[in-house]
Amino acid sequence: MFFKTFIAAGLNWFPLYNSIKLAVITTVILFFIGILIAYPLAHSRKKFKAVFETMINIPLVIPPTVLGFYFIMIFGTNTGIGKFLKSFFGIELVFTFSGMIVISVLFSLPFMVNALKNGFEGLPGSLREASYTLGKSRLQTLIYVLLPNMKPSILTGVVLTFAHTLGAFGVILMVGGNIPGRTRVASVEIYNYLDTMNYSAAHTFAIIMFVVSFTILLSVNIFNKKVLNG
Amino acid sequence: MIKIDIKKQLNSSHGKMLLDVNLNIEKQSFVSIFGQSGAGKTTILRILTGLDEPDSGRIVVNNEIWYDSENKINLAVQKRGIGFVFQDYSLFNNMSVKRNIEFAAGKNFDQGFINRLLEISGLKQLENQKPGKLSGGQKQRLALVRAVARKPDILLLDEPLSALDKKTRLYLQDEILKIHSEFKITSILVSHDISEVFKLAGTVYVLENGCIVEQGKPGEIWIENKISGKYKFSGELLDKSKDDFMTILTVLIGNNVIRVVSTDKEAENFEIGDTLIVSSKAFNPIIFKKNE
Repeated sequence: MFFKTFIAAGLNWFPLYNSIKLAVITTVILFFIGILIAYPLAHSRKKFKAVFETMINIPLVIPPTVLGFYFIMIFGTNTGIGKFLKSFFGIELVFTFSGMIVISVLFSLPFMVNALKNGFEGLPGSLREASYTLGKSRLQTLIYVLLPNMKPSILTGVVLTFAHTLGAFGVILMVGGNIPGRTRVASVEIYNYLDTMNYSAAHTFAIIMFVVSFTILLSVNIFNKKVLNG
Repeated sequence: MIKIDIKKQLNSSHGKMLLDVNLNIEKQSFVSIFGQSGAGKTTILRILTGLDEPDSGRIVVNNEIWYDSENKINLAVQKRGIGFVFQDYSLFNNMSVKRNIEFAAGKNFDQGFINRLLEISGLKQLENQKPGKLSGGQKQRLALVRAVARKPDILLLDEPLSALDKKTRLYLQDEILKIHSEFKITSILVSHDISEVFKLAGTVYVLENGCIVEQGKPGEIWIENKISGKYKFSGELLDKSKDDFMTILTVLIGNNVIRVVSTDKEAENFEIGDTLIVSSKAFNPIIFKKNE
């Protein structure tokens, strides 16, 4: 009975599927980009480190609409870079799913990078050095020694990125354009339903989003406790 | 033969210090670099490993140049045949005991050799355990055999037993000797524990403020030169009290408070709080085992 009220008949599930697809792709891309940025950053003592860290954390503090605005200004098909991408590579980033991936990667960058950086910084330096003295290269050390010893940080980065991308609204609305069947996502769909006063449909999407986020966070907490207790 | 001739400016807790050492270490020997913390001991090991770079100098190991500042040669850490035992063990907690050794041994490891190392270290029964489950002594034994697994030219031990209790330390000293005599790896031990150096090393280099101030067999350095039939301790004068025809001095030496007698005339020169040297001819020492 409870669910029947919520699961309204004839709902279009595409936005939910689109949200999850976007979150998964963004998380996978950011995992690799995150390592590329966080690994050197954690061990750097260079002067520009502080500037670089500030740049990475910018998406945390500026309004998402500002990020979206500049993205459209830079990659819109009327601008230099947008025109160039379209004519030479056939890539359009405004009002497309690819554009949503690019903006999500930028938008969630600090969540992944900070988590991984904390993970790298939390490992004793001698762990890396021990691996080097055993003849292992930087890449081997990263794959076989460092990453497996910072699983909680990796998981935190992955989950935060996933959840943050799933919940993104303003920036996705601006860059994606809310095109049904193409760039519409669950967070925007809830707003659409609310706008048309279809509360039961809005409820369905909202409760699903809530349950998904809660389950993910709960699993992470349980896993991290298990790891910490050995 | 290992030839190390290096210079490096260090920032120690006492200010700037120049590390300037020149060592010639025989192949298959067991030597120790002895000194107080901050003397530059660990830096020598790190330079030899390639983890730190000296300002200038040359390192030649078995006729292979590892470092030469003039010719800009600096062999990568990975290419130097080094086994390094870290103070904090630095075991890979994501791998089992056996996997730690296999990973260290490299791609084409010899299973027989891995088993031999597991047996020597007494870790055969625990080979599938993760290092996190091991005791301090077992962890250090694993760190030791892991460092040997790659069959290195030199085994470097950076205060490897300092975190362990005395009983485990004595036991592991025997293990280190066993491994040295079985694999004949040139070994360099960094330590500030005289008894440990005495037991393990054939030659000791005493390092003070970045320079080698003495070198020789441990017996030569600590027995013949220093004691020469006399006991000599320094301590703080806590109290002096006049007895009939002499003065009794109460002196704190280490953690022991002792009473010694002195003539009134001698005692006149001493003030409470002065540092005194108490010495005695050792013609009749009373020696007994201390109960712990």
